[in-house]
Amino acid sequence: MALLEVEHLRVEFETRRGNLIAIDDVSLAIEEGEVLGVVGESGAGKSITGMAIIGLLEPPGRVTGGEIRLAGRRIDNLAYDSMRRIRGKEIGAIFQDPLTSLNPLYGVGRQLAETIMAHTDASPTAARARAIQLLGEVGIPAPERRIDAYPHEFSGGMRQRVVIALALAVNPRLIIADEPTTALDVSIQAQIIQLLKGLCREHGTAIMLITHDMGVIAETADRVAVMYAGRIAEVGPVRDVVKSAKHPYTKGLMGSIPIMGREVERLSQIDGSMPRLNAIPTGCAFNPRCPDGMARCGVERPDLMATGGPNRAACWLYAPLGVAVHG
Amino acid sequence: MAEAGQPIVEVVGLARYFDVSKPWLARVLQGQPRLTLKAVDGIDFAIRRGETFSLVGESGCGKSTVARLIVGLHRPTRGHIRFDGVDLTALGTRAAQAPFRRRMQMIFQDPFASLNPRWRVRDIVAEPLRAFALVATGETVAGRVAELLTQVGLSANDGEKYPHEFSGGQRQRISIARALSGNPEFLVCDEPTSALDVSVQAQILNLMKDLQRRLGLTYLFISHNLAVIDHVSDRVGVMYLGRLCEVADAQSLFRRPRHPYTRLLLDTIPDLAMTGRARGPVAGEVPSPIAPPPGCAFHPRCPHAGERCRLEAPALLEHDGALIACHGVEEGRL
Ligand SMILES: Nc1ncnc2c1ncn2[C@@H]1O[C@H](COP(=O)(O)OP(=O)(O)OP(=O)(O)O)[C@@H](O)[C@H]1O
Ligand SMILES: Nc1ncnc2c1ncn2[C@@H]1O[C@H](COP(=O)(O)OP(=O)(O)O)[C@@H](O)[C@H]1O
Ligand code: SF4
Ligand code: SF4
Ligand SMILES: [Mg+2]
Ligand SMILES: [Mg+2]
Repeated sequence: MALLEVEHLRVEFETRRGNLIAIDDVSLAIEEGEVLGVVGESGAGKSITGMAIIGLLEPPGRVTGGEIRLAGRRIDNLAYDSMRRIRGKEIGAIFQDPLTSLNPLYGVGRQLAETIMAHTDASPTAARARAIQLLGEVGIPAPERRIDAYPHEFSGGMRQRVVIALALAVNPRLIIADEPTTALDVSIQAQIIQLLKGLCREHGTAIMLITHDMGVIAETADRVAVMYAGRIAEVGPVRDVVKSAKHPYTKGLMGSIPIMGREVERLSQIDGSMPRLNAIPTGCAFNPRCPDGMARCGVERPDLMATGGPNRAACWLYAPLGVAVHG
Repeated sequence: MAEAGQPIVEVVGLARYFDVSKPWLARVLQGQPRLTLKAVDGIDFAIRRGETFSLVGESGCGKSTVARLIVGLHRPTRGHIRFDGVDLTALGTRAAQAPFRRRMQMIFQDPFASLNPRWRVRDIVAEPLRAFALVATGETVAGRVAELLTQVGLSANDGEKYPHEFSGGQRQRISIARALSGNPEFLVCDEPTSALDVSVQAQILNLMKDLQRRLGLTYLFISHNLAVIDHVSDRVGVMYLGRLCEVADAQSLFRRPRHPYTRLLLDTIPDLAMTGRARGPVAGEVPSPIAPPPGCAFHPRCPHAGERCRLEAPALLEHDGALIACHGVEEGRL
């Protein structure tokens, strides 16, 4: 049994102009201690998937189908209070803007200590000592002197370190990290990713790493799921997805990324753009842009299927090779 | 007009300081001194006609300030900007500068903020045509706008729409059409793809390359993404805290970085080719530009810093065809 199991997840937004299906039949699993990367263009549904898992979808967004299980226990139908307990203790969260996770009015040490006390039976003194230790672990110099500083007294990179400390404070089993380095400088991004990965390895924490940056995924993830228009287009071990993508969208995406030292005059480009939620094409959502489309693609929607390699892809090109996994 | 390979833009000792003090009264009451932020602090470079010269560096190092100085959105605190041999800083009035301003245009990072939401696309694109009185009658304006829209991969009837009806990548195409409408020779592109998804970025970078070839454009290209810089540039200037630390042709800069900061930046690039290359640990953060470290501003993060580095700012000197500001390189220890 995987640590996190998401099956046939569906998320809808009820709007005045009708129901928008933001996530349509997404299934994924994360093993204990594993880093699953989730990539895709803006609007592909990465954040909504993450928010659905931690139970933080904002109305009118709503889970309208499927199941989410943590260590075998269903968590998508819990009452607010039970979910809040899980959120601090078993699932931690790191968002793009560190300030959304930090209270500007309290010192960082107090926020850490309160989180620790809320989820363990640590005494105030022990919680403070643990807070100092955590700040040290995430690379804040002289943590015993910085512990009472306020979030605004830290730089962006240092704040994100504090957020990581906060997410790790009570040893969760899973961390959902949504674009954790996107707002940071390049030299800081590398530091933060290395830190996050190192700490999770030490603590045995699994990570769902959501980002639009394939480079970050390539260096960090064990497996990667590529999202397109609210569905998973391809999933597999990171090396196989990066180096031998199977889905035409993933292939196009990989070719469009400038890579150091790869001398090309033109980048390969996918013409057009990802459809909006109110205009998702029938059949395979990628078919109007796909160089390999067939008649079937405009009519029938492909589910993830075996490709003959370690990756699974939602693409009819692989229909003869495997049996479509219907749900 | 300058020949290909001749400098079209020359920047000499260019500096721009900002006064970031608290208001006068607060200063007096709290006894605080004036604070000056040296966003750009004395830089020199030349851009050759037909090439893509890029500036790269981390947030706050002064890239956008250089861009805005060149196109006249900021006045320099010190130094000169020559365009096609003419010192723009010596031309006092806007009117005197106007003929040169038409020949250079700017594309900004944020395709959402840089287009007037209340104007139709055709009016946005036609604005420079009208401002510089480049076409005489309404008839030809419409024709020219249609031609420009087609040139950037939109359709002529997109001119009737408003910016909010377009995606980020399409809006950036509109910005490019507007920039091209005055028939410029030189485009300043400040992070033109940083707000876009990679697949859209590829479309825009390809378009920019096509246009450069077709129209003989010269680009000043700004980005913090080294892989993008590597892809588009002929020559590159690396900036750190308001100064240039290395200027070299793209080939040698990326294959053989000399300045310790350039090496640090290269080390931060994720290994997408998955060669298994080990990354050196990157230490420290960019210091505040209000109180930059003395001597070489990079010395607190530099693994090769020596005594001299803490005291004396290194000058940008030539070494094997590249320009490098580093005592270590000058002393032959790097
Ligand atoms: N109008 C202004 N008033 C005060 N300070 C300014 C002003 N414009 C820029 N600065 C400061 O000058 C420095 C350089 O800014 P600039 O925008 O040129 O950086 P940049 O290299 O373009 O960074 P980024 O990658 O974030 O765009 C920064 O510290 C910035 O805060
Ligand atoms: N409150 C909302 N109402 C309607 N649609 C929404 C809302 N929030 C998000 N969406 C839509 O859901 C889709 C997925 O969004 P998101 O998960 O944030 O994308 P990503 O994180 O991949 O960029 C997008 O098309 C977005 O426009
Ligand atoms: S299913 Fe058809 S349209 Fe979709 S990606 Fe595969 S080949 Fe292309
Ligand atoms: S001058 Fe000194 S501190 Fe600066 S980069 Fe060179 S060796 Fe490092
Ligand atoms: Mg998102
Ligand atoms: Mg800038």
